[in-house]
Amino acid sequence: MSLSFLLLAVAALCALSFYFGRQRAVALSGGRHSNLHSLPVHYGAYTAAWCGLPALFLLLIWYMFQGSVIEALIVSDLPQEVIGDSGRLSLALNSISQIAAGGGEHLTVSPEIVDAGRRLANLQTIANAALVVVMLSVALAGLVLSYRRIEADMRARNNVERISRAIMIVCSAIAILSTVGIVFSLMFETLHFFSKINPLDFLFGLEWSPQTAIRADQVASEGAFGMIPLFVGTLLITLIAMCVAVPVGLFSAIYMGEYAAPKFRAVAKPALEILAGVPTVVYGFFAALTVAPFLRDNGAILGLDVSSESALAAGLVMGIMIIPFVSSLSDDVMSQVPKSLRDGSYALGATKSETIRQVIFPAALPGIVGAVLLAVSRAIGETMIVVMAAGLAANMTVNPLQAVTTVTVQIVTLLVGDQEFDSAKTLSAFALGLVLFLVTLGLNVFALKVVQKYREKYD
Amino acid sequence: MTDMASLMEDRAAAKVISDNLRKPVDWDSPKITRNIKKRYAAERRFKSYGLVAICLALLALCTLALSIGSKGYSAFYQTYVQLEVTFDPAVIDPERTGDPDVIGRANFDGLIKQALRDRFPDVTSRSDKRDLYGIVSGGASYDLRERVLENPSLIGQTRTIWLISGDDFDMLNKGYIDPTVDEGDRRLNDKEVAWYNELVADGAVEKQFHTRFFTSGDSREPELAGIWGAAVGSFYTLLVTLALSFPIGVLAAIYLEEFAPKNRFTQIVEVNINNLAAVPSIVFGLLGLEVYLNVMHLPRSAPVVGGLTLALMTLPTIIIASRAAIKAVPPSIRQAALGLGASPVQTVTHHVLPLAMPGILTGTIIGMAQALGETAPLLMIGMVAFIVDIPGGALDPATVLPVQIYLWADSPERAFVEKTSAAIMVLLAFLVLMNGLAVYLRKKFERKW
Repeated sequence: MSLSFLLLAVAALCALSFYFGRQRAVALSGGRHSNLHSLPVHYGAYTAAWCGLPALFLLLIWYMFQGSVIEALIVSDLPQEVIGDSGRLSLALNSISQIAAGGGEHLTVSPEIVDAGRRLANLQTIANAALVVVMLSVALAGLVLSYRRIEADMRARNNVERISRAIMIVCSAIAILSTVGIVFSLMFETLHFFSKINPLDFLFGLEWSPQTAIRADQVASEGAFGMIPLFVGTLLITLIAMCVAVPVGLFSAIYMGEYAAPKFRAVAKPALEILAGVPTVVYGFFAALTVAPFLRDNGAILGLDVSSESALAAGLVMGIMIIPFVSSLSDDVMSQVPKSLRDGSYALGATKSETIRQVIFPAALPGIVGAVLLAVSRAIGETMIVVMAAGLAANMTVNPLQAVTTVTVQIVTLLVGDQEFDSAKTLSAFALGLVLFLVTLGLNVFALKVVQKYREKYD
Repeated sequence: MTDMASLMEDRAAAKVISDNLRKPVDWDSPKITRNIKKRYAAERRFKSYGLVAICLALLALCTLALSIGSKGYSAFYQTYVQLEVTFDPAVIDPERTGDPDVIGRANFDGLIKQALRDRFPDVTSRSDKRDLYGIVSGGASYDLRERVLENPSLIGQTRTIWLISGDDFDMLNKGYIDPTVDEGDRRLNDKEVAWYNELVADGAVEKQFHTRFFTSGDSREPELAGIWGAAVGSFYTLLVTLALSFPIGVLAAIYLEEFAPKNRFTQIVEVNINNLAAVPSIVFGLLGLEVYLNVMHLPRSAPVVGGLTLALMTLPTIIIASRAAIKAVPPSIRQAALGLGASPVQTVTHHVLPLAMPGILTGTIIGMAQALGETAPLLMIGMVAFIVDIPGGALDPATVLPVQIYLWADSPERAFVEKTSAAIMVLLAFLVLMNGLAVYLRKKFERKW
């Protein structure tokens, strides 16, 4: 029975128990609702909750552990020399799961593996059947128990409301859980990575070339994992993006807020916001197929040697993407400057632009700085534009006409395709991810603090 | 001592100012007129900077739209070549069984090749023949088989049939390959161009609307590749995302807005929501890879995993929008409900939530539109695989529209450029539709209290 049928079955049981609970309450009331403590609906909801929630909870726990438990069972039966070698183990597990899925006829593997594959298929069938049985019986048990507890003076509403409040708290806690999940999953693999590579080499190394030898006898570089070149590339592209986004965003915010006629604003503002809604993969395509060739050809006319994966192309397009972000944030900030400051300036005879430049802008500066920092953090974390338009080679250069690579590009190239979670190459992506997370988090926290402080000043 | 000196200086400066103030200002003096002129010029300059900035941004938008549109519109049409195909019974069904199984296994490719050889009888050398077969796409034989299976009476007849052309011929017909450049610099050699010209002269080349682009899955052959597989993958992914993030987001928003006491827990939740909203999307991909694939052993490349990952990403958007919508419901509604004896939960479910629903839905649609356009985290969890089959459920391997765009953009064939642009147009059309719906909802149900 597939998962969706199981869920449907539980949902049906819930509906049924709602009906039963309600019926029982109505029967107990003897036709007068005032004999009941709560409305009949609450009794129904009470039984439905006790029927569905434990079953769903069980399902969640089950799916979290089923995979790893079955794998542990399979692995424990494999020959010792396979378990000892992580490369062989993952290969063996791959063939086993292929055989279990009914394929793998073309594989040339030892009989133990074939047996293990059959066992895996067996175990999966058993696990699925057991899940169905256990889940349905839990749901039924919940139904029966809660049904029998229904009495006329039972505080059903309070019970249901307590349950719903608990659910709400759990839902809010998911925000915490996902942060914790991010930190732990990144930490775990990063520590794994640092057990192979010295953290100092990673943090301060000047060379990045993650290609390591796959076999011991292969002649290949040791693999260098210094992240400085990646950060130089990231910062270069970010800087170019900011050079586009900050002036254009700021000036368009000023024009929209101070000068534009309402009609013009009604058209231009949503048009600008379209820029924010365009998926990044579209910008990436635009950068790689329109902007980069344009820059390369025009550079050639001017006698400049522009790489076809230049930092400039990626940065320019990223800047375009960030314009609406900067403009809407700075618009927010500037509109919060109290009117009295503006009126004071006008009263002294200042023109509009003088007021903006010498009164409003300085007053809003902290907020604008915060907005720019938020934009920087977004640019640093942006992935698709650089994956499609920036290079792969980690050059230590600040020349915008050359190809550079970024942290996000490397994470994508390291993790797309085959992953081996025991090689420094794959693990380094998690270390980069952790650094990226910490940098953007730091920038965000700082920027939000600045903006908040600024808001409090004028509240 | 220095204090004293500066005080004296200030005094002197103050005296100059007060002397000046005592003097009436001549507003028409040339100096002031000049000055005012200068200031007004500065004002106009400043204003024009703003206008230029907006124009630059709009110019970028237009360039983007134009470059995509001009590259992509041709993908909605596909070149077809007319050939006289003989449905040779000796090839299709030698024993005249009429059994669909036998017909289905027949060598229809051979029929097409025969038809091409008949059309150009003077082609003899092996390599020329190979080039000749490139006129018609490898997928045309499947069309032919469908045709015969549908109508077995075709066997033994000779018909003129429009067959889908190969991608290089398609490019030539659409003008992307310039036949005037040096032979070595283009994908088609002189002979192929000559065949093309001959076919055109006979009226045997035609562009037809390319329905296959909307109905088929991915393919290595550009002329056979379609977006339906990716669209279905996107649908399942978004379904999972919606099923998780909408209830969780709304419940969290209700709790934080209506029930949460001001304590440490609430504070931590708030900080976390704000931070999650700003975490780079690729980090969510790493989380999905580690937690869903490595720890929970969910299937790779499946929409379920994509949906779970995107749900975490859209959660902050939905929570923030829902909180704003709930906050906008005036307290008098709550007080009235409570005054009539409703419990706090009843107040929320019966009154606050229905009134806040339009705002919540608008936020949810915007969050879903973001999720639809998201690519990076899905690359991490293996949704970049080359998948031909249309996914039949949330557990089948699948890809999504933006990832399909990324994959095609990476393909070397010239014909994939127009496919990519066309897929972008389709994706943007969906996004415009969703955002338009959000705007419509907001306009229709917007209520000023």
